[in-house]
Amino acid sequence: MKNKFSLFVVVIFLSFCFVIFYKGLNTPNNYAPKVNEKKNIPTFKAKDLYSNNYVNSDKIFEENTFYIVNIWASWCVPCREEHPLLMQLSKNQSIKLIGLNYRDNFNNAKKFIDDFGNPYSRILIDKDGTLGVEFGAYGVPETFLIDKNKHIIKKFVGPINQEIVNEIKSIIK
Amino acid sequence: MKFIKISIILFLIASFSGLKSAEANDVLKNEILKNIRCLICQGQSVYDSESEFASSIKLIVDRKINEGLKEKQIYQFLREKYGDWVIFDPQLNKNTYVLWLLPLLLFLVGGVIIIKKLLFKN
Repeated sequence: MKNKFSLFVVVIFLSFCFVIFYKGLNTPNNYAPKVNEKKNIPTFKAKDLYSNNYVNSDKIFEENTFYIVNIWASWCVPCREEHPLLMQLSKNQSIKLIGLNYRDNFNNAKKFIDDFGNPYSRILIDKDGTLGVEFGAYGVPETFLIDKNKHIIKKFVGPINQEIVNEIKSIIK
Repeated sequence: MKFIKISIILFLIASFSGLKSAEANDVLKNEILKNIRCLICQGQSVYDSESEFASSIKLIVDRKINEGLKEKQIYQFLREKYGDWVIFDPQLNKNTYVLWLLPLLLFLVGGVIIIKKLLFKN
């Protein structure tokens, strides 16, 4: 009886370990921070790429519309991939795109926009990457969807694709 | 002459205390950075990492210390941005109950088994 009980405990323990490790096999190794639903946009002051003037975040997000904050850089290859999709999104009247130029050189950034088009209503400079941290970003490209109440409701790590564009469109319509 | 001497002494004291506080800030900064996980080069702390993410976090932590934020407030700021995982030392909350309580539970169960065995022997 005692032996049977010990065997039962061992089997349960091993099954528990097996399930834990098996689940671990399917989880990606890289951690991507989840966006806290309804997180407020950070308050900040940033330099505009073209005017070179400082602007406050409340001025940037003053309109009663959806916003997209896209973190990009001219040196970032995936940013080139997603750029046509951002151009496509910028044609939508219900949304405004704000670009966050991450750790970039002014001339290169300007050339990138001249070559591929400007989907942004405003481009902000994030020379040292600290503005990206305020948004909870940890690399480029990253895209944040902000609702009319100025809450970050979605975060997309990596280049956006058609599926994500469709998702954004369905949210903002 | 006396006035100049006193001024020099006061100046030296002020400079020394300034240096002391800068040194204290550096110690605090390093302590905090060693407890923050680099999300790009996982397994390394921000203190050890040279990635762009780490250098941005180093600047942010430095800025927050200069703004007068305490260690816990800085951790809280980073937690809000990146979740609990960014801190090496996780807080006790509903997501980490198992993490914190399981070793204690195993220790207690183990203790009970050992005591029972000893009692049986006697």
